[in-house]
Amino acid sequence: MGLLSKKDAKLITDPLADNNPITIQVLGICSALAITAQLKASIVMALSVMAVLGIGNVVISLMRNIIPSKIRIIVQLVVVAALVIIVDQVLKAFSYELSKTLSVFVGLIITNCIIMGRFEAFALGNGPWKSFLDGVGNAAGYGLILIIVGFFRELLGSGTLLGFKVLGDSVKKTGLYAIGYENNGFMLLSPMALIVVGIIIWVQRSRNKALIED
Amino acid sequence: MSNRTDSNVYTVLFAIGMVVVVGALLAFTASSLKGKITQNVELEKQQNILYAMGVNENDESSAVFVNKEEAPELFSKYIKQQLVIENGNVKEDNKAYLLDIKKDKALAGGDASKRHLPLFVGEKEGQTLYVIPIYGKGLWDAIWGYVSVDENMVVQGAYFDHKGETPGLGANIKERYFMDDFIGEHLLDASGNFKGIEISKSNADPENKDKEDNEVDAIAGATITGNGVGAMIKSDLALYVPYFKNLNK
Repeated sequence: MGLLSKKDAKLITDPLADNNPITIQVLGICSALAITAQLKASIVMALSVMAVLGIGNVVISLMRNIIPSKIRIIVQLVVVAALVIIVDQVLKAFSYELSKTLSVFVGLIITNCIIMGRFEAFALGNGPWKSFLDGVGNAAGYGLILIIVGFFRELLGSGTLLGFKVLGDSVKKTGLYAIGYENNGFMLLSPMALIVVGIIIWVQRSRNKALIED
Repeated sequence: MSNRTDSNVYTVLFAIGMVVVVGALLAFTASSLKGKITQNVELEKQQNILYAMGVNENDESSAVFVNKEEAPELFSKYIKQQLVIENGNVKEDNKAYLLDIKKDKALAGGDASKRHLPLFVGEKEGQTLYVIPIYGKGLWDAIWGYVSVDENMVVQGAYFDHKGETPGLGANIKERYFMDDFIGEHLLDASGNFKGIEISKSNADPENKDKEDNEVDAIAGATITGNGVGAMIKSDLALYVPYFKNLNK
């Protein structure tokens, strides 16, 4: 697997495509369904996960030789929960508005399986610098899918992108809505996120046959 | 991994050490930031109340509070009286905005006569507005808000917030397009009985032209959060009806 390649750059680029955490490793699906109804929420989540996974991977990597293997999952959970809570508290004190925006994501980050997955699969066996790159790369791959899904769900579900009414006004019937176009309310519900992810997986595997399992 | 880390003694010692270190770290962070966080929370309550009164810095589409630094000054400028209603008796209390409604609800245990009901009497451009805090539950966690009404219980402004509703769906109750829908909506029906405001999926009135139907348009994909908003408006605002009946006598 390319993940163990000597080249550090591959640690970043691999998770973007051929080893994408969502479409190939199938990690972090739950949060991908939950928060992709709007593009803005997808972007915020992508950046938050990138920060937490990058730093968390470094911390776990530094501790990798002293963590008892029997309780390593608990140790990982404690590290990520402590990190997220400290950041949340600091934001509450110094940037209250930002913390209000992010607070709904805190629970989703701590329980995000992509974070535990990367700690377990990479940081426990590699040095801090490589782990950092792996964390950032995987979070970027995760964020990329989130943003693609968020783009289509917001566009087709609400007719907006980042809150801008790109297709016209659905209430006042202007733009596309004037000729009878309707928003697909189903796109706002979680099952459609699964279907959009499924379509991405299909497109990706039909372009790269090596990814198809037997 | 070396054998050293596999022993039971090491595992137990590591676990104890980790709990002590992380616990101390969290306790230190929490206690050293507590003052600043409490201050932020208090300022936010003032900002929320002012927002519901229409004192805000809204731009075309997004909800913007008044500046945090100016909030205390504006709060004392616009809010003429802070009242607490206890079983029909109205008392003045200039810390009423800090009253914890969740706690008060729990202590009263469903007995309305035991509730301490905060009410903020404000004045904006010559109009007297009554701001009422509400508290309820959404899909995942708590939701709350402030509703300002005139003496006939017609909504003049509303602010909603939530602890953990789904981003992009239930979390949209704090977006302008939802909150602004409440402005002008009647809480009483035609014969003057309290009816509340229902968050309706079937009122066929997305622009909310009918202000007397006691209904606003729901958010797609956020049924339970929307129902929660309707429920807290109904249960909490109903408690203030006697006060307004008295006022109009």
